[in-house]
Amino acid sequence: METVLGRVAVLAPRLKPAVLWPALRRGATNAMPLLVMLIVIAVLWQLLLDHPGAGLPAPSKVWAQSRDLILHPFYDHGGLDKGLGWHLAASLQRVALGFCLAAIAGIALGLLVGTSEVAMRGLDPIFQVLRTVPPLAWLPLSLAAFRDAQPSAIFVIFITAIWPVIINTAVGVRNVPQDYRNVAKVIRLRGFGYFTKILLPAAAPFIFTGLRIGIGLSWLAIVAAEMLVGGVGIGFFIWDAWNSSNISDIIVALIYVGLVGFVLDRLVALLGRLVTRGTA
Amino acid sequence: MDPRFLNISNVSIRFAPRAPNVLQSVSLDVARGEFVAIIGHSGCGKSTLLNIVAGLLQATGGGVVLDGREVDEPGPDRAVVFQNHSLLPWLTCRENVRLAVDQVFGRSKSRIERARWVDETLALVRMEHAADKKPGEISGGMKQRIGIARALAMQPKVLLLDEPFGALDALTRAHLQDQVMQIHARLGTTVLMITHDVDEAVLLSDRIVMMTNGPEAEIGEILNVDLPRPRDRLALAQDPRFLAARAAVMEFLYARHRNPADAA
Repeated sequence: METVLGRVAVLAPRLKPAVLWPALRRGATNAMPLLVMLIVIAVLWQLLLDHPGAGLPAPSKVWAQSRDLILHPFYDHGGLDKGLGWHLAASLQRVALGFCLAAIAGIALGLLVGTSEVAMRGLDPIFQVLRTVPPLAWLPLSLAAFRDAQPSAIFVIFITAIWPVIINTAVGVRNVPQDYRNVAKVIRLRGFGYFTKILLPAAAPFIFTGLRIGIGLSWLAIVAAEMLVGGVGIGFFIWDAWNSSNISDIIVALIYVGLVGFVLDRLVALLGRLVTRGTA
Repeated sequence: MDPRFLNISNVSIRFAPRAPNVLQSVSLDVARGEFVAIIGHSGCGKSTLLNIVAGLLQATGGGVVLDGREVDEPGPDRAVVFQNHSLLPWLTCRENVRLAVDQVFGRSKSRIERARWVDETLALVRMEHAADKKPGEISGGMKQRIGIARALAMQPKVLLLDEPFGALDALTRAHLQDQVMQIHARLGTTVLMITHDVDEAVLLSDRIVMMTNGPEAEIGEILNVDLPRPRDRLALAQDPRFLAARAAVMEFLYARHRNPADAA
């Protein structure tokens, strides 16, 4: 009891109403247009599609048909009959693995291409051609190579996310401002010291731009890839729902996909701000 | 006192094999502890000359000797304060100075000595209060003070100032000029400063080197400024010697060697 009171006493000065209220009010003012917009969309959607014979379900019907899916994201009825949370977790796991590999390889290759003129002449044209290949076009090849769905899906994520990371890293490395190079020269900072203290921090904002584009593309690719490879995953869930004509489930899944993609993007942006100490 | 502490002899430079020389046979001797300003219209190659002394550019002809050693690469004995401060934005002010100190004195001073030296230099430019801020969080004048602190922290034989106050407003500039004068008086550092501000040149320097217009720019004239130190800008504003020196530089810049861009 004492500890609880003690904690309240510590927190109390920070949560003065005089400070808290304006913050809450500002938050509400900022969120208000969004709330209004969401309500307008929901009402329009309801009005347009709430009649017999409509091709797509209205919000009320989505709620009626897919309530379990919305309220219980982590149910598991065995087999592939799992909550959306499990499907999303499976997709996120693939994306995490593929994206991390792409980040490591992409930054390494980007540093190489950015610092070495020879590597740039030899590799850049290849990158420029390969990056235009659509993610799904890699899938049959990787299925043939790996003979298994899981590594194939991960490879598709990898190959999708790596190009923007490589290209942005290389641009960042090549564009280290002359001022910073001059400073390094005057204090005789060379080799590894130059690399860690000037080159990497100067290129970091560019690298994180590449990573942010990469994570976005990964999330775009995973849904499509999972539709084809099957198993557990949000892409497979959507395809499965289509095959069983559960259009409401698809709508719920799409909203989840959008929200997760948004969170992923923000997470990488936040990581970038933390790592570059606010210069990104 | 060694009158040829910094010896620039017959320096010429061109940026392409068949282009005209940007600088043509520039020779200048600077004594230890002297404050020399180089003034000229923009494009006359004064920054180029400073970069050659810094070792950031290689002269096509001639050479620079500092304290008996030929300059062939950049180094901390010729610390530069760049016009646009050139602080690393991801480091705090203290870390910017510490990077230079660690790099220059990493072997000769202990960790504690280096940390103390960083704080001393920050105190010298009166920036202790903002030491833990990022360059993005402080004003232009403060950034330039950190730039000066970083250069001084290297204990250079000659301090090279490349239009250090060019981008600042008049009040901030005056404040920083006073600070540079105080530091120069206290440390006795040899200073080579590029400027295009006549008042600044007269106020700060022992000698003013006036450059002719490029291409093939050369030293047109050298003016001795025989004003006693410490100098006070208010008192000097009425001083006939100050006014005469100022008039001489103005006459050189605007009557005899007008900016070719204005003449057209």
